[in-house]
Amino acid sequence: MTGEIFLQNLANGISLGSLYALIAIGYTMVYGILRLINFAHADLLMVAAYVAFYGILVFTLPWWLSFLIAIVVTAILGVSIEKVAYRPLRDAPRISVLISAIGVSFLLENLGIVAIGARPKSFPRPEDIVWNINIGDISFLSLTIIIPLITVILLVAVTYMVNKTKIGTAMRAVSRDFETASLMAVDVNKVVSATFVVGSSLAAVGGIMWSLQYPQIDPLMGVFPGLKCFIAAVMGGIGSIPGAMLGGFILGMGEVFLVAFMPELSGYRDAFAFVILIFILLFKPTGILGENVVEKV
Amino acid sequence: MLKIEDLHVYYGGIHALKGITLEVPENKIVTLVGANGAGKSTTLRAISGLVPVARGKITFRGEEITRTKTAEIVKKGITLVPEGRRIFANLTVLENLNMGAYARTDKEEIKRDIQRIYEMFPRLKEREWQAAGTLSGGEQQMLAVGRALMSRPALLMMDEPSLGLAPLLVKEVFRIIKDIYSKGMTILLIEQNATAALQVADYGYVLETGNIVLQGPGKELAANDEVKRAYLGKA
Repeated sequence: MTGEIFLQNLANGISLGSLYALIAIGYTMVYGILRLINFAHADLLMVAAYVAFYGILVFTLPWWLSFLIAIVVTAILGVSIEKVAYRPLRDAPRISVLISAIGVSFLLENLGIVAIGARPKSFPRPEDIVWNINIGDISFLSLTIIIPLITVILLVAVTYMVNKTKIGTAMRAVSRDFETASLMAVDVNKVVSATFVVGSSLAAVGGIMWSLQYPQIDPLMGVFPGLKCFIAAVMGGIGSIPGAMLGGFILGMGEVFLVAFMPELSGYRDAFAFVILIFILLFKPTGILGENVVEKV
Repeated sequence: MLKIEDLHVYYGGIHALKGITLEVPENKIVTLVGANGAGKSTTLRAISGLVPVARGKITFRGEEITRTKTAEIVKKGITLVPEGRRIFANLTVLENLNMGAYARTDKEEIKRDIQRIYEMFPRLKEREWQAAGTLSGGEQQMLAVGRALMSRPALLMMDEPSLGLAPLLVKEVFRIIKDIYSKGMTILLIEQNATAALQVADYGYVLETGNIVLQGPGKELAANDEVKRAYLGKA
């Protein structure tokens, strides 16, 4: 492998890893607070992509405005899903909420197929943000730089929010103990909603950037990235935000380099993530940075 | 200050409180004693709005709070130190204290209150930046009390604050309760350690399977033969 190809793959790996990391955070935050794998999270990518698509092509809005609207709509949808499908089941057995999440996921996917049609549409690439960069012999898309850059900014912002702000501290407190948090005058429902706003907005950004990078969108486009990001979150340690970031980057890099080093395995690219999941669950179910707090009683 | 009239609560399919009437006057320590499962914790949890009230009325400073949300009850001035301390193990000591002041917006006063808590419990100051889960049981109890005080309650309710602590620490807990009381706090205390609780309390109620069976000034109850036999382990 030459230096250039290596750099090319490294850039691709970072870029894919960034997308995984962004989306994985949504899984891990919701899990941290509700102990729920939010299967509908994957479909939020698709919703964001379609809102942006219609914004640009049908309503001919500027790309940045369409993206902004897509993020807001997705955040509202995420919060509404929690209110309608998860909140009424908060005291129910966890399996009921999980089934509800799977139901919401199927609902969104099939609504998409019925309302929009299953045929893939090609996502517009605004020239302002997508262009070719040539350095010497290497040529790459501007996205290769923009995606990791935006991701890093968002990851820093989320980490700051969770660790340093009042609402972030409340999120961590609620994730530990709903009832005691309410004894601190915390409105638990508001904190849960805030968590969904953050997770869903990140999913929207992830979905838009995903569509820019792989500009073919269809109602089931969220399924595979969603599953992989779920795996990334489990690998990093579900419930841990740094874990989700780490898991996302490892998975993205791993996938790209697996194909780069062993091109004959490229057909198994998607299987790679699932093999990792099986090994993680067998040997380190808490993940790389999973919670392992020693507690004195 | 706090009045409970004919309170009924069903909890996990059983009739846990069968019409309790009691009163906590301002600036007093009132204690509920009784065996396990008598309904002591359920009473406090009903006051805090953590369990639904089936029948009856709870009033605080003349205002009915029977079906008010927990967070609102805290804002009105009733704070519960829950059984088992329930500190946020994943948060630092300082973050735990700040959570206690969640509803407050007076930042400077919050800082001053934190310093006051540190003066009261110097051990917490030493461990300010440690995750609360790494504290010893006694330190966690101090943190739970400190965190509750951060909301500046008018009425402090404590559920078994001495549970699971070494005898020396149990003494320390009761010293703290008296100390807080002497600064003008109203306290509603639950204890399995009935002897110690009745010693510090102005007034006591004895609960038995969801009913109040006896009541009176703390020292009188402590001297009552029936109470001695049933709850104090003396013949």
